[in-house]
Amino acid sequence: MKAPAFSYLRPENISQAIDFIDIYGDEARWLAGGQSLLAALNMRLAAPSVLIDINGLSELAGISVNAGKLIIGALTRHREIEHSPLVAQHASLLALAMPHVAHAAVRNRGTFGGSIAFADPAAELPACCIALDAEFVIVGRGGERRVRARHFFTGLYETALQTGEILVAAEIPCARDKGRAAFRELARRHGDYAIAGLAVQAAVEGDVLRDVNIAFFGVDSKPVLAEHAASVLEQGAATPARIEQAQHQLAQDLAPQDDVHYSGAMRMQLARVLLARAIGDLVNLETKSAAR
Amino acid sequence: MSAPDRSGNTTIGAALPRTNALRLLSGRGQYVDDLNPPRCLHAAVLRSPYAHARIASLDVAAAAIAPGVVRVLTGRDVAAMCDPYVGVLKHVPGMQSAAQLPLAVDRACWQGEPVALVAATTRAEAEDALALIEIEWEELPVVTDAETALHPDTPVIHPELGGNLCFERVVTEGDVAAAFAQAAHVVEAEFITSRHTAATLEPRTILADFNAADGQLTVWHSTQVPYMMQWIIARHFRLAETQVRVIAPDVGGGFGMKIHIYGDEMAAVAASLLLGRPVKFVADRLESFVGDFHARGHRVRARMALSKDGDILGVEADDLYGIGPYSGYPRGSANEGLQVSNLVCAAYRRGAYRAVSRAVFQNKAMYGQYRAVGHPVACLVSEGLMDLAAAKLGIDPAEFRRRHYLSPESYPLKLAGGPVLEKLSQHEALETLLQMMDYAGLRTEQKKLRTQGIHRGIGLASFVENSNPSAATYGQGGVSIASQDSCTLKLTATGGVVAASSITECGQGGYAVIQQVVAAVCGVPFAQVKVVIGDTETTPVGGGVWGSRGTGICGEAALQAGKALKANILAFVARLQESEASLYDIRDGQVIRAQSGEEVMTLEAVARTAYFRTDQVPKDFQPELTVTRSYAQKTYNGAYTNGIQASYVEVDTETGFIKLLGHWVVDDCGTVINPLLVDEQIRGACVQGIGAALFEQCVYSPEGQLMNGSLMDYLVPMAGEMPDIEVGHTCTPTATSELGAKGAGEAGTAGASAAVLNATNDALGPFGGVVSEIPVTPERILRALGRLS
Repeated sequence: MKAPAFSYLRPENISQAIDFIDIYGDEARWLAGGQSLLAALNMRLAAPSVLIDINGLSELAGISVNAGKLIIGALTRHREIEHSPLVAQHASLLALAMPHVAHAAVRNRGTFGGSIAFADPAAELPACCIALDAEFVIVGRGGERRVRARHFFTGLYETALQTGEILVAAEIPCARDKGRAAFRELARRHGDYAIAGLAVQAAVEGDVLRDVNIAFFGVDSKPVLAEHAASVLEQGAATPARIEQAQHQLAQDLAPQDDVHYSGAMRMQLARVLLARAIGDLVNLETKSAAR
Repeated sequence: MSAPDRSGNTTIGAALPRTNALRLLSGRGQYVDDLNPPRCLHAAVLRSPYAHARIASLDVAAAAIAPGVVRVLTGRDVAAMCDPYVGVLKHVPGMQSAAQLPLAVDRACWQGEPVALVAATTRAEAEDALALIEIEWEELPVVTDAETALHPDTPVIHPELGGNLCFERVVTEGDVAAAFAQAAHVVEAEFITSRHTAATLEPRTILADFNAADGQLTVWHSTQVPYMMQWIIARHFRLAETQVRVIAPDVGGGFGMKIHIYGDEMAAVAASLLLGRPVKFVADRLESFVGDFHARGHRVRARMALSKDGDILGVEADDLYGIGPYSGYPRGSANEGLQVSNLVCAAYRRGAYRAVSRAVFQNKAMYGQYRAVGHPVACLVSEGLMDLAAAKLGIDPAEFRRRHYLSPESYPLKLAGGPVLEKLSQHEALETLLQMMDYAGLRTEQKKLRTQGIHRGIGLASFVENSNPSAATYGQGGVSIASQDSCTLKLTATGGVVAASSITECGQGGYAVIQQVVAAVCGVPFAQVKVVIGDTETTPVGGGVWGSRGTGICGEAALQAGKALKANILAFVARLQESEASLYDIRDGQVIRAQSGEEVMTLEAVARTAYFRTDQVPKDFQPELTVTRSYAQKTYNGAYTNGIQASYVEVDTETGFIKLLGHWVVDDCGTVINPLLVDEQIRGACVQGIGAALFEQCVYSPEGQLMNGSLMDYLVPMAGEMPDIEVGHTCTPTATSELGAKGAGEAGTAGASAAVLNATNDALGPFGGVVSEIPVTPERILRALGRLS
């Protein structure tokens, strides 16, 4: 478990980072928190010839609010998000999710952008960004572009990022008055990747939900927006019957496959249960009877 | 540090913190990988990617000239230096296995079998060179399903054996057919346990250094058994034992996994012998998953016959398990099956009995002894049957057990199959447990919560467990593993005591046990006893730690040595005082008059007189202040212990998730030397048993590929999911030794899985579902509940 030899570069600013990636292209990988990449190198699952260490790029780190948007720099550590009052105020979904992201030791090093760009299908943050309708800010030789989170994740560990580009930040619309969040996942041990999980953001008034975004993770090769279920829930009060109807609609949204650990049917069952419980969290309903 | 009794002595039974813990916690432990002698080479091992394949061609030329590479060893290179080995126990009738070599020669028989070794100046260079070895494989048909391994149309892994059967054992007592014919009720189930791996914190590690100038081979090894390793390395590499020194420095967990012979380690020894320089091999975490011995993986079909009144008329069990392509060397892979066939329902008046155990070869990783060998399987089956029977009869599970325990008058009791139960304390253990956990209160709570849709379950599991094994385990089977242990004590010049013991330490507290026994027996302050362990050159011969033998056997040798040293000291003082030895005692490092407590001489003065002022020693008297005593348990095959565990769980019937709410253990390990050590041993062992019940499972594809060979995919139990584990004791010292200590290291593992499974099924009771396969995954629960088809 020793990494194959690689060259190491440490740019001093974004423009130099882009210069480096222009030179090495696919041969290079960005090194941020290293919590997934270094393990992959040591297991020889990846063998880039160059690592470009962006940990010195302080302009990529930090959390701020500007023009109604919460901006999280790609190099911001999970721990900072977990404890950020700005995040708690404007994107409480992330605050709810953060304790489920691996363990404290990983959160101390691991970065927000690293988790987004790595795009593990069972990771929490990609789904949260979809539910929050975040936009990702991407920089390359040609300048800056923005991609909505719901279009960013294209497949298993695949994203809209092109060679030569770097993810610099996420911009998240600040939650409005009625904005409420729910987050749930099921992992057999705390801190593991979930068997299934979901992130929900909605406007909630009493038991009426509007603007419902439900993003599941761990159930497909990428996070999935459950639009059919959401539209059912937007049709009226979140009664047990409506929640049950939304659970049925998940069959239109999700098609989990069997894998070495769990059957697709198992993940589907868990997704249904989680949906009911998360909606219950949102409207403080007692969901036990409805979730059956 | 010391907890003196009123006489000023450290006592057996005192709760003393372990003196070697701070060193380990401060990062000042010294594990094999911490040793880096000059000119040390680092080995990396090429492993078979296939479960069964022929090596059509092998070309190491490019690897041999890669940067940093000093030598590449193939199977043939090592075969020329190392005699093959066969892992059979001669006292297990019909047991057979094929000859095995450290590196595969013509074919590999499991995914992960070592094929070639690269020795280079760094591990990274050695790993780089592995990629340059050109090897052409021809895949062969695989045998992976134990259930079909013996079918006539299944390929035979070793044609010379005539089949895939390693051994079959049948244990019978009474007329089982008649028992089932008369039965008013029969309960039955198929119990399935999964393959596990030990997942020690410190992986297997070896550093071999052959000095050609003096012909001495020194091997630093992460092992539980230095003397076994010395014998085997000498024997198979055709060296004299006096040429081989094995040192076990700090060892980060063993659990039985580090008592076996591993091809990669033997190949590292071969490389050092060839090159005349140190060669280190550290199994990394990924290769540990396919390289370490696995365990369990049993399928037991079992049933119990009951009379109308609820008496057990008979028990029948059919055990089948797959052991990998070879029986493990040198201990064989039979012991799990032997224990299962001995111990199903052994805690009870079980009536007529018939148990069959069969071990079959398969193309999966090697397989062998692992903490609580076979006992967890036997316990799962026994306690599962007991709960099924109690449910069928409508009797409370605690009461049903109470009615069927062996009667206190029946000991010693010889079980069909051989083991003798010297004396158990089951009734007392049960009553203690029920009180500790407030059984009645929990039952009330369970009933109340059910009406609120909260489903909790209570599971009980009684166990009996072998410990302090005699030569019946290995020696009688022709296997050269010591079943006796020794302790050498010497009084130092300043009145301390150095104890050289054949016990070893892999984190469990062996060091502290010897220290406490010696301090207590000799009357020396705890802090002035130093223990030397884990080195064939500085410690006396012994078997090391496995099979819950360390405290019971090595501890007794230490006790006898302590008594002998004390007697020699007092005889010397008596002679100096021209008095009688019986009039003196030793307390807190002082020789005193036994009656008055008046101080006579310090131990330092005794030592100084004996060593430096021999002019003051009578001419006709030679004080012997270095003594050795040895001990072997020869009365029974083993000194059986007993105990009972309980688990309290909550099942989420929508998700199938289980939450552990509480776990209780009452254990009887005879004399307790140090309750802190015993209780933590039991807790740690319980966690392993809970891991088996809920998490751990080596998942293999039909092609024999391990599908979850990483710590991300293979779930070991973590602290966050563990319940509080409350430990109580009953105390029935064994009469086979003066110390009276029986094993404590495996009891937790023996019973925890069954307690958790029974608790789960108790929670599922109202739904009618039963799970009899572990780990109890959420998916298995949902299937039992009919929520998944």
